[in-house]
Amino acid sequence: MPRLSTALPLLAALTAPLPALSDGLDPSDWDSVLEQAQGQTVYWHAWGGSTATNDFIAWIGEQAAKQGVTLEHVKLSDTADAVTRVLNEKQAGRDDDSAVDMIWINGPNFAAMKEADLLFGPFAEQLPNWQYVDTEGKTVQSDFTVPTEGYESPWAMAQVVYMYDTADMEPQPSAEAILKWAQANPGRFTYPQPPDFLGSTFLKQTLIELTDNSDVLSGSADEADYAAVTAPLWEYLDALTPVLWRSGSAYPATGPAQLQLMADNEIDLAISFSPGEASTAIANNQLRDTVRTFVLENGTLGNASYVAIPYNSGSKAGAMVVANTLLSPEAQARAQDPAILGYGTVLSMDKLSPEERETFDALELGIATLTPAELGSAQPEPHPSWMSRVTEDWTRRYGAGQ
Amino acid sequence: MGPDNDLMRLLAPLWAGKNGGSGRLSAVGLIPALTLMAMLGPVCAGLLGTLMPSLGYLPAAGLSTLSFDPFIQLFEWPGLPVAMRLSISTGLLATLLSLGVVTLTLAGWYDTGPFRVLERLLSPLLSVPHAAAAFGLAFLVAPSGWLSRIASPLTGWVRPPDVLILQDEWGLTLTAGMVAKEVPFLLLMALAALGQADARRRMRVAQALGYGRITGWLKTVFPPVYAQIRLPVYVVLAYSMSVVDVAMILGPSTPAPLSVQVVRWMSDPDLSQRLTAAAAALLQGGLVLTALTLWRAGEAVVARLGVLWIARGSRGALDPVLRPLGLALGAMSALAVLAGLAGLAVWSFAGYWAFPEALPQSFDLRSWARHLPGILSTGGTTVLIAVLATGLSLILVIGCLESEFRSGQNLTQRGLWLIYLPLLVPQTAFLPGLQTLLLSLGADRAIWAVVLAHLVFVLPYAFLSLGDPWRAWDRRNSTVAAALGASPRGVLWRVRLPMLLRPILTTAAVAFAVSVGQYLPTLLVGGGRVSTLTTEAVALASGGDRRAIGVYGVSQTLAVLGPFILALAVPAVVWRNRRSLHG
Repeated sequence: MPRLSTALPLLAALTAPLPALSDGLDPSDWDSVLEQAQGQTVYWHAWGGSTATNDFIAWIGEQAAKQGVTLEHVKLSDTADAVTRVLNEKQAGRDDDSAVDMIWINGPNFAAMKEADLLFGPFAEQLPNWQYVDTEGKTVQSDFTVPTEGYESPWAMAQVVYMYDTADMEPQPSAEAILKWAQANPGRFTYPQPPDFLGSTFLKQTLIELTDNSDVLSGSADEADYAAVTAPLWEYLDALTPVLWRSGSAYPATGPAQLQLMADNEIDLAISFSPGEASTAIANNQLRDTVRTFVLENGTLGNASYVAIPYNSGSKAGAMVVANTLLSPEAQARAQDPAILGYGTVLSMDKLSPEERETFDALELGIATLTPAELGSAQPEPHPSWMSRVTEDWTRRYGAGQ
Repeated sequence: MGPDNDLMRLLAPLWAGKNGGSGRLSAVGLIPALTLMAMLGPVCAGLLGTLMPSLGYLPAAGLSTLSFDPFIQLFEWPGLPVAMRLSISTGLLATLLSLGVVTLTLAGWYDTGPFRVLERLLSPLLSVPHAAAAFGLAFLVAPSGWLSRIASPLTGWVRPPDVLILQDEWGLTLTAGMVAKEVPFLLLMALAALGQADARRRMRVAQALGYGRITGWLKTVFPPVYAQIRLPVYVVLAYSMSVVDVAMILGPSTPAPLSVQVVRWMSDPDLSQRLTAAAAALLQGGLVLTALTLWRAGEAVVARLGVLWIARGSRGALDPVLRPLGLALGAMSALAVLAGLAGLAVWSFAGYWAFPEALPQSFDLRSWARHLPGILSTGGTTVLIAVLATGLSLILVIGCLESEFRSGQNLTQRGLWLIYLPLLVPQTAFLPGLQTLLLSLGADRAIWAVVLAHLVFVLPYAFLSLGDPWRAWDRRNSTVAAALGASPRGVLWRVRLPMLLRPILTTAAVAFAVSVGQYLPTLLVGGGRVSTLTTEAVALASGGDRRAIGVYGVSQTLAVLGPFILALAVPAVVWRNRRSLHG
């Protein structure tokens, strides 16, 4: 292309950092936040692949409207599209009035946006409904070991469960037992292809199961003896891969694609990051009603879903109102209802009033959902470096056609 | 607007020549300049937005050291050789097969009853969006799919067999899916070209000399038809190589074709992977150029051999075999898309539907009731954007072609090749650059900005559809009209446009369909403020819910079907007494 020489300085000029605009917003002064939020429209960029979630977000919109905030759900096929948008806005010098006011986010996307200074905050712990959040019992202040520092606000808890068809198998207590079962029933198990989020979760879950020293996983992989820690995982996968669905020569691309395989009776066992997903899918005619869930004896991984506000949102006050609405006991109880969403609450039952607790207690769990006691306490996520190195190695070993 | 002035100066010689003699600029004469400007900004910005990150420059993510590291990263990826091979092999094979099926069907059956049936199916076939067609085909042929369910009483399957059909490592299912979707497009292009290829008289002569139907057609009609559809064939090649949605559904994943891997890197949470994505996108562009060069070389070889074959004078011993084969292949590719669409339609009304039942246990309107509000609210926006983009592209394309005709300079081939670039560079890599340009001009989120972004992708297809029929128009018509006293404008409006009504309407329908199908341009430029049927459909499809995919697939098809039906019906009515005038 010609004219690179003229275009380069132009690009540089466009991307020169501008001083952050101070719009006089103080998250701790909630009355003024509410006042500023009046009449604002919040564009919430959130994955739009689930009809149940879309309906729930529409309901949140109705609640926000009562507080004078209009909520628009921008349905994404991939959270990365929202990250790209904010990144490009920064590149173009659009430091106010972003098209994105709020993002459903967690894990690596949060770490990347926080690292690149693309987020507004801290705001989360100043929200009025933060008082109900279970900060002791649930990991809501660190996201994949990265401290959230108030730059994102939690709204749902997730924990790994395994969905299985009672018509075909029994619950399995451990990763080793899953391997034995798979060897006895070749072609009936698979997992989403890493680096898909859920597929990577399967690798992490199995790594935690197999390693003798799980403490090392909370630190960076570069500081540990990576090869030694992960050796049992590769040994395990070498044994598992030949008895996977399609002998491991193909994988479902995503969690939903894996669920479809379960629905089509192509597989009998599948990993899920939502204890209520199976119940909701049964209620939606997507899964047969003999499907149930189990967790491993040593427990399973858990993490939270968050919302974050881009640094250049033009409706930060409105976005905070929506984030606060998501934390209200009413919204949380609705999200936990398996007939609606089936997501775990981030609130602490001890901090709620008796009437509010009542609403939660009255919820039916759903046909395939485990009780909180059966779920047990969630294992913490390993440091993000483990996820990136393990998925990179997985791709080299099993995903590159060799 | 410094850089734009520079670009204009740079490109001035491309169009200055033609008006230099007369010393005045007509409105028509300005259109190529306008088109160049409308296209060059986006194309350059898009390419720059890919080139700079591929050299390590992405300051918004805190990356600003220029280096070749992104390319080194790319070449260290162990899946690269297979991904590149897949990209080239599926692209070339899909193009070869599509052209073969179209040619055999036309040669063996043009102007016969079975062909007219196929011709009538063309509009619905073209209207099915690529992703919906892929989902439909996947549900058809998967081991747990519709065919397997229907056959289960015979096979006794209660569980689907564990065999690899979808995502096969050679990309054969992906190739089949692309062929099924590209055959209708090429057939449409070939039909528009046939009108200017004098097919009936050529065939009459060939058959009078004793040539078989297929051999005669290949020897006398195929050469002028291929000359006209050459660019569409190139686009099919480029598109088959860079397609993402179909490849994600039908293609292999260990590793995936390069185009899919570009998207994966592009959406990696680690922002530095975007540099690798940019490098891979450039490599992908290079692969497309290589494949086009190979194809071009193949053309020369085939032309040489063809001349020898024609000179030998064989009258067509193989015709009795080739003729049914052509019909079978044409029918199969049409059936694959239609049966897939039927499968999606059934899913959109399905209650619980498990393997191995051939039909759902129950039918209900739940999915439609759930999604209808979304469809209605986005449908209007979708049509508005598509109508505007189609109208603009028609004005620009006809203006360019007419200006080229009047000036006698083949401007579109010399100067406007740039507008085909958006079809050659993978969208995911090209669009962030375009988005940055629009953002820095403060021009985004509005409907008109989305229309302009659509134009970048609609315009090349409009050129493809109209360029060759326009140039193939017998210029003696113009001479006669001028001799009778018509002005150039009169010739255009009263002779040329009416005579070319059919290709023009076909072009409009194709342009409309291309606009409706745009996902990334709508999302990135609209910033989520402009929702269309396709942005909703793709977001829902990511959840894999076949019922939702069914509802939206059927709705998208219906939205595109209208213009195609008009494009076929209007000329048939208008020209019912002058059939031979428009071929």
